[in-house]
Amino acid sequence: MKVTPLGLYCEPGGFHIDPSRPVDRAIISHGHADHARPGHGAVLATPDTLAIMRARFGEDRAGDSQQPLPYGQTITSNGVRITLLPAGHVLGSAQIALEWQGSRIVISGDYKRRRDPTCAGFVPLECDVFVTEATFALPVFRHPPDSHEIRRLLDSVALFPDRAHVVGAYALGKTQRIIALLREAGWDRPIYLHGAVEKLCTLYESLGVPLGALLPVPKGLKRGHPPILAGEIVIAPPSAEATPWARRLADPVTCAASGWMTVRQRAKLKGVELPLIISDHADWDELLETIGEVRAPEIWVTHGRDDALVHALSLRGIRGRALHLVGRGDEEDEGAPEAPPTGEEADAARMEPRSAH
Amino acid sequence: MSVQAFADLLERLVFTPGRNAKIALMRRWFAEQPDPERGVGLAALTGELSFTTAKPSLIRDLVATRVDPVLLALSHDYVGDFAETVALIWPEREGVNAAPPTLAEVVEGLELASRAEVPALMEGWLDTLDAGGRLALIKLVTGGLRVGASARLAKTALAEWAGQDIGEIEEVWHGVAPPYLPLFRWLEGKGPRPDPKDAPVFRPLMLAHPLEAPADIAAIEANPNDWRAEWKWDGIRVQITAGPGGRRLWSRTGEDISGAFPELAESMDFHAVLDGELLVVRDGVVAPFSDLQQRLNRKVIGPKLMRDYPVAVRLYDLLLDGEEDLRALPFDTRRARLEAWAARHAPPRMEVSEMIRFASLSDLSVLRDTAREASIEGLMLKRADSPYVPGRVKGLWWKWKRAPLSVDAVLMYAQRGHGKRSSYYSDYTFGLWRTYEDGTRELVPVGKAYSGFTDQELIFLDRWVRNHTTGRFGPVREVEKSFVLEVIFDAAQLSNRHRSGVAMRFPRIARLRPDKPADEADLLETLLGMVEKRAG
Repeated sequence: MKVTPLGLYCEPGGFHIDPSRPVDRAIISHGHADHARPGHGAVLATPDTLAIMRARFGEDRAGDSQQPLPYGQTITSNGVRITLLPAGHVLGSAQIALEWQGSRIVISGDYKRRRDPTCAGFVPLECDVFVTEATFALPVFRHPPDSHEIRRLLDSVALFPDRAHVVGAYALGKTQRIIALLREAGWDRPIYLHGAVEKLCTLYESLGVPLGALLPVPKGLKRGHPPILAGEIVIAPPSAEATPWARRLADPVTCAASGWMTVRQRAKLKGVELPLIISDHADWDELLETIGEVRAPEIWVTHGRDDALVHALSLRGIRGRALHLVGRGDEEDEGAPEAPPTGEEADAARMEPRSAH
Repeated sequence: MSVQAFADLLERLVFTPGRNAKIALMRRWFAEQPDPERGVGLAALTGELSFTTAKPSLIRDLVATRVDPVLLALSHDYVGDFAETVALIWPEREGVNAAPPTLAEVVEGLELASRAEVPALMEGWLDTLDAGGRLALIKLVTGGLRVGASARLAKTALAEWAGQDIGEIEEVWHGVAPPYLPLFRWLEGKGPRPDPKDAPVFRPLMLAHPLEAPADIAAIEANPNDWRAEWKWDGIRVQITAGPGGRRLWSRTGEDISGAFPELAESMDFHAVLDGELLVVRDGVVAPFSDLQQRLNRKVIGPKLMRDYPVAVRLYDLLLDGEEDLRALPFDTRRARLEAWAARHAPPRMEVSEMIRFASLSDLSVLRDTAREASIEGLMLKRADSPYVPGRVKGLWWKWKRAPLSVDAVLMYAQRGHGKRSSYYSDYTFGLWRTYEDGTRELVPVGKAYSGFTDQELIFLDRWVRNHTTGRFGPVREVEKSFVLEVIFDAAQLSNRHRSGVAMRFPRIARLRPDKPADEADLLETLLGMVEKRAG
């Protein structure tokens, strides 16, 4: 296993893992833009991840040849045994277990440990080297139960029936998880979607994840149209509330669903009115718990707060190594690449706002 | 109910920009919380709770027993705020299933505990709360609680919830104390109105409307003898309350600011309630507002500060003389009483506001515009027969500000607004030209404005900013330096905190000047010249 400028490279197998630029052979852990990129030659991934890549990049750019490998099945490539296991991050997300000459490395990709109704739960596998993310690797990040955050959202909808609640959520994974959690909490009204999150919701449903009644946020309203969607829940990409698109909504309550919302200053800076701590990444306790379960004597940390995690591992007598992979952001952060733009934002910019308050 | 519920309220207040939304959140607190919890919460919201037993160092020591120092340092570095770091990082103890404390239990616990018992008490509470609850608790007991609402807004929410007038609440406020059981009983119609007795109470101030409409001006013009004029000073409006029950200096909103002006409290050796303007006055000359700012929001007032920024009050009105309430009497009668009262008591650091004689409004207008002192904002016009009524009643008192100063400035940066304006670039930083000796010119930012424009102009500016962006810094966009704004402001003051060396008071946008080339915008010297003009 080698660290290259493109990311992790398996030398005996001759393939990259989540490479940051097009390569001949790649294994992709999951469909987020900082892991899955268009234009590779041969791509190996779970069937759901391949479907997500086709939806995001188009049939022709999701890899010249695509090899689906369902969870738990093993194939061998140049003597390297490859198995994909659920990572619990988003639909189709996988840990990649590689075995060669009697030793095993597990590349976990991004992962979380708590239950997610929209994807299979993380399966720990004992190994010699465990490769982990460290997005929220500071002991201040301990995500509260999802049900608690969803209750805060519904509570706010009840308190402000004259306002629309706009939840900023990443298009792949977070959006569908929030919808599913709302359904579990008993919210059975239609949920309204910004154009940029529609396509992946449709895909999730076609892949067997029921999301209930979903409607697009109405477009093309005439100038002077009264504000819409009071009392309703709208899901949009995190930056949409700052665009003219938001002006059609009734006095919107800006909500953001992200692990970063733990820290007040970050929520304040983004002008969020109702921060919801809902993350698709393992929090501090979950990272340490997972590292304990896989019993690996050596831990490699791909990206995030590797300093704190490596220090905490050293207190437990485990060897940690920071890989400093570049280009590996966090999709929950504002700077991360967003879903491909739709005509929506452009439409919105052309639409005359009703009034400026 | 517990500290947890209060923490949820605080959290929402901190993030909610809208006034009405904040009121709705607080109303729910008064409606849903039981006694004495809601009253203790009200005290925390209005800044009436204070603890001295728990110091920040106690929190530092507690967390050190539970968290690795390297991880604590890395976390503090990331989060920034130490109390928030502790609240988030606090490792819960396995098997703790005690109920979290109520606010009332926290208050009582800290009052009864000896200094040595406080750490164990705090530790026990921290173990029962979640991160939000821990943050509220730490901030509450160490005195760092920031409430995302003013005391006044909390009282407004209380008034709206109870269907009472805010003025009524302010009148009884200083006669009640946490947890305000008699107050809530009265508001719910279950008990008598609390009697403030001798305790010094704030009485809501009478306020003025701006005199702008031609019809209103014409009405005064027609009967100038019915009106009285005084200077409108640029200080802060205060109410002075003194009597056997104590001495208080109140701000316009009923906040007790006596502590910041000990020398005034010393002067209040009488039994009366007065209305006036608090100013910094040196040798009879009123200093600019920026001097008064040196005295505001200070915890400790040293002798040097009192010497360098000597304060005085210009008295406008007499509300109560002893126990006698004069508020229903006409202005002329109150004014005569005020003059007689001042002659009798001659309190140091206080003088009666001068009445300006005039025959017509045009006389006044000349006086207003030729007044050279920077500390004069304009004139006050009061109806001779006006009673003293709380709030802003139309037609009795007018404020007649002098024409603002103005410059043509170039738009340089724009920032998105908050709340309803969060999708608009509505905060504009503008600059003026500075010329160097070698003849080159550069735009220097001189101020920031976020008001004055119409809704249509905001839409236009927002679109212009989006289409002419040259750089982005977080929420701020830098724009092409080509759009001219006519900016008006009340005064210009020298300032070493601004790169331009000058600060504007209340700048706002009067007009958009798409017709004017940026080259022809004003020079920085023009603005500096306005400082001298008004400094007198």
